[in-house]
Amino acid sequence: MAKVTNQDVIALLSERFGDKIIDVNEPYGLLTFETTKDVIIEVLKFLKENSVANFNFLTDITAVHYPEKKHGIAVVYHLHSMVKGIRVRVKVFIDAQHPTIPSATSVWNGANWMERETYDFFGVKFEGHPDLRRILNMDDLGVFPMLKQYPLEDPNRVDKKDEYFGR
Amino acid sequence: MNHNQPVYTDNDPQSELVTLNLGPTHPATHGVFQNVLQMDGERIVSGVSTIGYIHRAFEKIAEHRPFYQITPLTDRLNYCSSPINNMGWHMTVEKLLNVQTPKRVDYLRVIIMELARISDHIICNTIIGQDTGATTTFLYLFQFREHIYEIYEEICGARLTTNIGRIGGFERDFNEIAFAKINKFLKEFPAALKEFENLLDRNRIFIDRTAGVACVTQEQALDYSWTGPLLRATGVDYDVRVSEPYSSYQDFDFEVPVGTSGDIYDRYRVRNEEMWQSVRLIEQAMEKLKKEPAGVFHADVPDFYLPAKEEVYNNMEALIYHFKIVMGEIDAPKAEVYHAVEGGNGELGFYLINDGGRTPYRLHFRRPSFINYQMYASMSKGMLLSDAIINMSSMNIIAGELDA
Repeated sequence: MAKVTNQDVIALLSERFGDKIIDVNEPYGLLTFETTKDVIIEVLKFLKENSVANFNFLTDITAVHYPEKKHGIAVVYHLHSMVKGIRVRVKVFIDAQHPTIPSATSVWNGANWMERETYDFFGVKFEGHPDLRRILNMDDLGVFPMLKQYPLEDPNRVDKKDEYFGR
Repeated sequence: MNHNQPVYTDNDPQSELVTLNLGPTHPATHGVFQNVLQMDGERIVSGVSTIGYIHRAFEKIAEHRPFYQITPLTDRLNYCSSPINNMGWHMTVEKLLNVQTPKRVDYLRVIIMELARISDHIICNTIIGQDTGATTTFLYLFQFREHIYEIYEEICGARLTTNIGRIGGFERDFNEIAFAKINKFLKEFPAALKEFENLLDRNRIFIDRTAGVACVTQEQALDYSWTGPLLRATGVDYDVRVSEPYSSYQDFDFEVPVGTSGDIYDRYRVRNEEMWQSVRLIEQAMEKLKKEPAGVFHADVPDFYLPAKEEVYNNMEALIYHFKIVMGEIDAPKAEVYHAVEGGNGELGFYLINDGGRTPYRLHFRRPSFINYQMYASMSKGMLLSDAIINMSSMNIIAGELDA
């Protein structure tokens, strides 16, 4: 079976989606690119069903919060082609004020709990998800705790402030 | 008659569905999580899983700690094979920092990770036996988990929540007693495992209870992102140790056992076969260790590896490094890393984003138990309750890894 390189995957994607595929790089050899939320499901489907790339496995879905950016929440998908032995990371930056993105449960059933976890911690609303509820935290928590505005420790503590250590 | 559809008749108390709370704390769930089942007699009509009872905000805490202080958090993920989580985390950081570990460290890591895999599989397989009514197997093989814990104790002082790894290697070298105990384990364990197999492999009751029960096809397993022994039982030949070798697994000669039908018996067989392969790996690693220079147990990473206490007291340089590491003064490069290891239950992934600071900007654990478990409720539909119990133990759901 022919091996597939990162360049092959990017060539395929650029041909199909054009300028919707942006910011391609390879940190530590893992192909990473950004796309937009209107095509994300098509991108995932394309990667899964394309016979050359064949990313048949959804490894993980999670999110990252960048409060200082305009589109402050990045939803990150890790896919894996077990057939070709290659991984890819797909990122979608969405508005932190109204975080919505289509659900990947139509492509993989396994996305269900991963998306629930992401919703639970970041408040990302996955549109079309069959059962979007909190999963690890209690239902009436009221906040999305992994957002950066929620500190871990008591903000009134002074013994851990950086300024006291010359930082 | 279709067992999934209850038959309703007027005024018949037996016609109503019964709601059964399996868990949160039930001896058969082996951990704190709940399944609310709708029962028609002994058959499950539908179920809903509730998890999160021991959620400890690992990812949030990790965002506020320097890298080396995250070690104790990883121990408490899958507490049945904590060294694997430990090593996985440290290898992620080493990837981030571009640290090359000496070969001897890699071999020691292979030894400790394979011991952990054996202890994890011992728990799972003996509990499958226990749940089918074979208490003997449980009592018989469980002492070897104890032996493995004694080896951990020799290496790091702890038994369950081990703190074995450090960035770049180990906190201390394996001592002679540890090696003696590993050798003793290698000598005694195969005979016991053989006997364990003799007790169960062709046992009529065991086969009746497990073969053909809770079958999962390859397509379903891949669709639900299953990994580890559960995926391999369905026949998919995927093992992170082979597909993306870490810690010198490419130097070893071992096989990846796969099943055919994806039922509980196959999962049991795959795990048992993996224990044999782990024994093989440890034996090879012990041989390879003899050719390596003695006394090397960590890489040279003064920025992230705490110096020995003796050095700290007698050497200014070491004191400065010690202080800087403990106070978290040293910044790591700005990067984004995904590193996966083959945990006891499957692909254990660490997704680490660093913005150039001393703590991770974001750390996400891809926990195999969490992802494997989501199929449980839908799988259980139409199953007998007693089969669903064995199914749960065959999935080896570890509550710490489920919730994180």
